[in-house]
Order: sequence, then C-alpha cells, then structure tokens
Amino acid sequence: MMAAALTLICVGAALFSPWLAPQNPFDAAALDLNAAFKPPAWVEGGERGFLLGTDNQGRDILSTIMHGARISLGVGLASVALALVLGVSVGLLSGYLGGRLDAFLMRVADVQLSFPAILIALLIDGVARVALPSNRHDEIAIPVLILSIGLAGWVHYARTVRGSTMVEREKEYVQAARVIGRRPLAIMLSHVLPNVMGPVLVLATINIATAIITEATLSFLGVGVPATRPSLGTLIRVGNEFLYSGEWWITVFPGAALVVLVLSVNLLGDWLRDALNPRLR
Amino acid sequence: MLLLKLDSVSRDFDVSRPWLNRVLEHEPRRLLRAVDRVSFDVTRGETLALVGESGCGKSTVARLIVGLHAPTEGSLAFHGRRMQMIFQDPYASLNPRWRVRKIIEEPMMFLENKRDVGELLRQVGLSPDDAERYPHEFSGGQRQRISIARALAGEPDLLICDEPTSALDVSVQAQILNLMAELQERLGLTYVFISHNLAVVSLVADRVGVMYLGRLVEIASSKDLFSRPRHPYTRMLLDAVPDLAMSGKSRTPVAGEVPNPLAPPRGCAFHPRCPHANERCRVETPRFLNGVACHAVEEGRI
Amino acid sequence: MILEVQGLKVQFPTRRGTLTAVDDISFSIAPGEVLGVVGESGAGKSITGMAVIGLLDPPGRIAAGEVRLEGERIDNLPHEALRRIRGRRIGVIFQDPLTSLNPLYTIGQQLEETILTHLPLNRTQARESALSLLREVGIPAPEARYGNYPHHFSGGMRQRVVIALALAAEPRLLIADEPTTALDVSIQAQIIALIKRLAAERGAAVMLITHDMGVIAETAHRVAVMYAGRIAEIGPVRDVIHAPRHPYTVGLMGSIPKVGTHQSRLMQIEGAMPRLNAIPPGCAFNPRCPKRFARCGVERPALLDAGTSRAACWLHAAT
Repeated sequence: MMAAALTLICVGAALFSPWLAPQNPFDAAALDLNAAFKPPAWVEGGERGFLLGTDNQGRDILSTIMHGARISLGVGLASVALALVLGVSVGLLSGYLGGRLDAFLMRVADVQLSFPAILIALLIDGVARVALPSNRHDEIAIPVLILSIGLAGWVHYARTVRGSTMVEREKEYVQAARVIGRRPLAIMLSHVLPNVMGPVLVLATINIATAIITEATLSFLGVGVPATRPSLGTLIRVGNEFLYSGEWWITVFPGAALVVLVLSVNLLGDWLRDALNPRLR
Repeated sequence: MLLLKLDSVSRDFDVSRPWLNRVLEHEPRRLLRAVDRVSFDVTRGETLALVGESGCGKSTVARLIVGLHAPTEGSLAFHGRRMQMIFQDPYASLNPRWRVRKIIEEPMMFLENKRDVGELLRQVGLSPDDAERYPHEFSGGQRQRISIARALAGEPDLLICDEPTSALDVSVQAQILNLMAELQERLGLTYVFISHNLAVVSLVADRVGVMYLGRLVEIASSKDLFSRPRHPYTRMLLDAVPDLAMSGKSRTPVAGEVPNPLAPPRGCAFHPRCPHANERCRVETPRFLNGVACHAVEEGRI
Repeated sequence: MILEVQGLKVQFPTRRGTLTAVDDISFSIAPGEVLGVVGESGAGKSITGMAVIGLLDPPGRIAAGEVRLEGERIDNLPHEALRRIRGRRIGVIFQDPLTSLNPLYTIGQQLEETILTHLPLNRTQARESALSLLREVGIPAPEARYGNYPHHFSGGMRQRVVIALALAAEPRLLIADEPTTALDVSIQAQIIALIKRLAAERGAAVMLITHDMGVIAETAHRVAVMYAGRIAEIGPVRDVIHAPRHPYTVGLMGSIPKVGTHQSRLMQIEGAMPRLNAIPPGCAFNPRCPKRFARCGVERPALLDAGTSRAACWLHAAT
C-alpha cells in the first residue's frame, strides 16, 4: 500500500515535471548564472525559489531532478520493454519449438553474452552516429540510447523464458491443448506465456534500475543523453565534480532521488507479480 | 463398428547424444523403439484397456492414437469425428492461469454448436458456479472431473484415458470410475483406457491388451484374460497383484526386472524372465497369433 | 513392545489458528510384527511416522502424548540424542528411492558411512558388513556393484539399496513410508516379500505406512486405518479387511477394485475427507457416514472393542 503510494508520487512527479516543476531547466534563456551554486533553502544563503539549491549553471536542482527523473524513467522503461518483448519472444520460440532454431538462437545469445552490455551499447550508438547526419544527433540520441540498452539486455529474458517454456511444454495442459487442435503459436501465447511471465516481471523491474545506471554510464562517456537535457545519471556525475568543493547538494539530492525511484519501481514490480498470480487472490 | 484401427504401428525416439559429442566420440545414433509393431482394433462403444508396467510403451501408444506423436512406421485409421484425451496428473493437466470456464470452452472453439459450460459441469458432478474458479481451488478428484468435462465439451467419439485415476485416492478413484462408466452408458462413448493397475482394468475394460517393452504380447476379452491368461508375462503380472482376498495361495514373485529398452533382448523380449523359454525364444521374435505373441503357446507347450 | 505410542497429538500452528494433523492416537508394535498404517492423503499417516522419528517439519510439533522405543521415551529428547537414535535404533525407508540416495556418492560409500557412524567397526569390517547386506537384499554380484552410483541402478534395485541402508545399523524399529508406491507391480511384490522376511529374521518391528490396502494385505500382521488424523479402526489384518467394523473401512474396502470379481460399479463414499481446518465435531467421519445417528455428531468415539478389532464408532458402544 505504502509502496504503491510512494511509487505513484515518484512516477507522477517525474511524468508531470514540465507542469509541476518550478523551473524549466532545459530552457537556456531562463537560466541566470547569478543564481548558480545556491545551497538548499534551509541552509544559510539559500532562497525559497530554489528549494534544493542550484547547480553550476543556475539550474534549480529540484526541477532538474524532476525532469531528469522523467528522462531516466523513460529510458529505463522503454529499453526494458524492448528487451522484454525481444527476449520473451526469442525465449518462447526457442523453448517451444526446440531443434535447430533453438540451437541457433541460443548460440546467438551466447555470443552476445560474451560482450559487456556497455560495449554493445557503445557499438550500436557509434554506428548510429556515423550513419546519421550530425545535426540530427540530439533528436535521435534518446531513441538510439533506448535501442542500445534494449538490445544489450534481451538475452537474460530469453534464457529465463526458454527454461520455463521447456518445463511448461511437457506439462499435460499444453498437451491437452495440442489434442484439442490449437496451433503452436496460439498455444505459446495463450497457454505458455501467462505461466512463464512471473519471473520475467521481477527481472524487468530489477533491470529498470540497471538500465538507468547503464544510461548514466553512457551519458558519462558522452554517448548518452545530450548534455542540454540531463538525466538523473548525468546530474549525479556532474555534481560529483563539485562534491569536494562543498556544493554537496548538487550530487546528493539527485542520488537520493535515484535510490527512491529505483526502490519504488522494484516494489511496484513485486506487487504486480503477486497481483497477477491467481493463486494469491 | 470399427472406430479405430492400428496397423503395425511403431515409434522410435532419437535419444542420441548431441551431434558434437557423437562426432568427437565416434558414437552411433541411438534409437529407442518405444512402440514395436503394435496392431489392434477398437469397436464403437467398447472400453479397450492397455496394461503394462513402466516403459512398456502404453502411454506412447495413447499419444500416437491422439496425434501427439507421429508413427515411425505403420498406420492409424480413425473412423470417427473427434478424439479427446484425459491425462494422469490432475495438477498439471489444467492451465493454472485460466479459469475453469475458459478451460472447458477451449475444445469448443472449433465447433459450431457450443455446449453450455454449466451443463457440462453438472454432468461431471460439479456445480455451474465452479466455472468462475481457478484450478488450484479444487481437489485432485475435482480437477479430474474438470478434465473430463473439458474432454466431453469437444463432443468426442473416442476418449483416450491415460492413467486417469492413478494419482487419486482409492475412494476418489471409485467416484471417478463410476462417473466414467455412467457417462459411457449415457453418451455412448468409446474408451481406450491406459493403466498399470490390473484391478482397475478388470473393472472397466471389455477387452484388455498387455504390453511389454513396446510390444503387444496378448489381447483378449477381459473375462478371458483374467480367468485364463495365456502369455507368461500376463500370468506373472496377475500373480504379482497383491491378494486382497488373502486366500493364502502361494505366489512366485516375478524374477528379474524390465530390461533396458535401448538394448532389448534378442528374440522374445520376455525370454530372460520367462520360465518357459527355449532356444527358439532366445532367437526368434514370436508372431502375434490368435491374440497372443508367444512361442510356447503356439507350440502348445503351455 | 518395541514401539509404544500413547495419545499422540501433532499440531501445526498457523496464522489462522492451530491445525491438528494427528489427534490422540495410540498403538504399539511388538518385535517381529508388521503394523500397517493405512489411510488416504491427508489422513495423517506420514505425519505420524515423522513424529515417531522426530523429523516433523517445523512449525509442526508434538503437542501431547508419548513415544516410547523399547520402554524409553524418545519424543522429548534433545536433537542430538534423537539423531543418534534415528540411525542406530530406527531405520527409515522413504518412498522415492531416487531422492533417498545421495547421487554424488557410491552406494558402497553411503553404506559404509552409515555403518561406521553407528557401529564400532573398522573400515574393513564395515565393508564386509555392507557387502553382506547387499547380498541379503538381493543385489546380484554386490562386489562388482559396490562402487556404482545410485543412477546406475534401476528403481527396484535402488529401493533394495535403501532397505540395506535402513538395516545397516541393525535397528529395532523400521519405518517404511510408502516403500513400494513408486515401483512397478512386479517389483512391488519382490520388495514386499523382502521387507517381510528381513523384519522377521531380525525380530525388528515394522511400521508400514501406505495408502495401498493390497500391500497391507500381503505384508502386515495388524493394521490401523487412519481418517482425518485419527485411528478409525485397528486390528488383525485379516479381520479388518474381511470383516471391517468401521463404516469408513467398509466404504474403503468397497471402493477398491479387485481382480476377478465381476462388479459393474464400485461402492462410493460421498464427499471427501475433511480438511484439517474443517473437522466436524464428534466423529470425524459422521457427515459421510450412511449409519450415523445423533450421538455421532456430538461426541467423538474412542476406540471401542468390536470383536477382535477395535473401532472408533458408536455402533459398537456397549449398551
């Protein structure tokens, strides 16, 4: 109950940030360098208008957190959704149909697993940058980011689903469906899929956190979100530089926000999995 | 009226090791002959039982009949319209994520006149309200009833029952067997009943086929098989059934164990354990004659 | 008496209240005797066995009663003492031979380990003892098979090894929980004969837990029929099977199909065994009983004398 409320607040704040946030941190014109490095409102020197202080360019930390969370959440959800759809499909087909298709797909998965996710993401991103004109970079940066993180992450789901599918395939309710005359695709989607989704949902919620962190890493390496539209990850990285000079709020608040966001996503995932299990109703 | 005919049906399974291992270790392909040239007929309205111990191939025959496997050799001819199957494990034969209503409606997808789910549930002794529940809310016996209702929904001529009561308690088994008998009478169903339990078979079957290591060794009417078993394996099987009447008759427990199906004995598969085996049995596979496949019977020795 | 169980009560505390899985049962087993404990699933027979050897899964616990092995109480012993007794004086045979044996050790190693743990022998003597046990349980060429792993054996052979393990420390009491259920009928007969013979030779007491009346008829001297955690009837096997005194036993015997009889329908007991949290007051069987009367729904019957057996049924109340 509490978890649901917490998640709702976080997600709501993130999604509706353009309307809720006190300031639009992406609008360069609205920024005032004189307002830079202001501490949080309750510390001496702070201002009411900048509740959590400002960063090195005069951006309000609270607003930036809200906008950044929006981007982090968006990238996390989208890339996990992509990985999920791709991985579950491969896993289902591989596990149910078996044979050469299974052998081939699993070798592809094995090969991909031998590359670290960051490398794969860098590769895809690099290719995209070369292939597209440079003035479009900022526009497509986020979709490319989603694509890279998504493509790097599908193997996990495929393996899990394949294992569960192979177990369910031998169960008698699947054989009963075959006797009834259902086609393999119908059986995979209507019979097997609902029974293998459980562990997948839990994996997905854990992976949203991983995706957000991967996105932050990529942004750090300069191939993630553009610097003009920082995500939570970028904020933390940027703020880190100022940690030792005393402006702690620039990194601490985004860090705390990330923790709370990830925690509530995980709790939501647990709740979702239990809610969908008929045995616990 | 002939409903089902199996003609010299065989089924092999490839249990070879993975291709790479085989190549590196120079191993040949390994084929498991689970069903070996089995032939029999099923007449409309009767109950034909297939008995045997584990590994004899009776479940594979069931799956061949219903189309879950294709025969490697031989042919099957079904002269009815539809077949349905009831499985052994009441906990795995219903999709845990589907409501009972959806489970029972599934076979009706391909029919024009759909039956009423509530009516089907009543027919098997459950209440129409149970349609909105999930399988895990029911006991083993009730789940088997749901399986039966699902099978009936498809309006089958032939019902293949693979050990339908083996996983149930004795008193629940009695309820399900009585139900199945009643349904057969009322709806004119034909059953192929697979079981390892001879006592259950003696109750439900009109004709009984005995299988050993993939082969059909004897087939006879229920009355004949239980009073005058001919094949030595049938005799041993009947002898091994615990004697509830406690008549104190002396029994010789069956010697030895079922051999490895990957390397069946030459000639008659039963000869290592058979008290009547002679030289011919060790070399020549007996032909199926007059309902039994045994040299000793053919030669009049027993 | 080797085993004496007096007023045993096993309970499981749960969030929704305490469930009584075994409710005040008493029985005893003499040396060389096989007592069959028969019942359907949920009757509490396996739990009784586990309670006797102290292997109840927590939160289950013995709430009342006594278990005595050769006169000494064992239900109130600390873990360590009970563990020593378990291997040495009580042998256990479980249902699934596949999981009863450790797949990573050879059967020779497992036998030796058990023997060395409980008997004051050196390794050579232990090996000799193990080989002779394997011979006794009917494993052909035991020297050759001594170094084999469990998966090299078939189901029936594995169960024989399990029996050898159970007998290795020369126990006084043998508890067999569904020892033949996972085996084919022809192997079943072999194993039943084996258990019977070995127990008689060693003068051990055997508690044979099963749902299969046929196995009981072949093996046991006396039988206790359990229902909803209670003993419904207990007596000599022949009498209980041929002339049951409790309506549940009558119904049970009627529902068992028998080879050779020409029946068209089996006797059917309506309804199902009550769940542990819904046991009716009075006699647990009364809602399903064709012979019930007023007293049955109010007062729980104790085991009353009924000829050579005893049955927990008011029909046998002395008038």
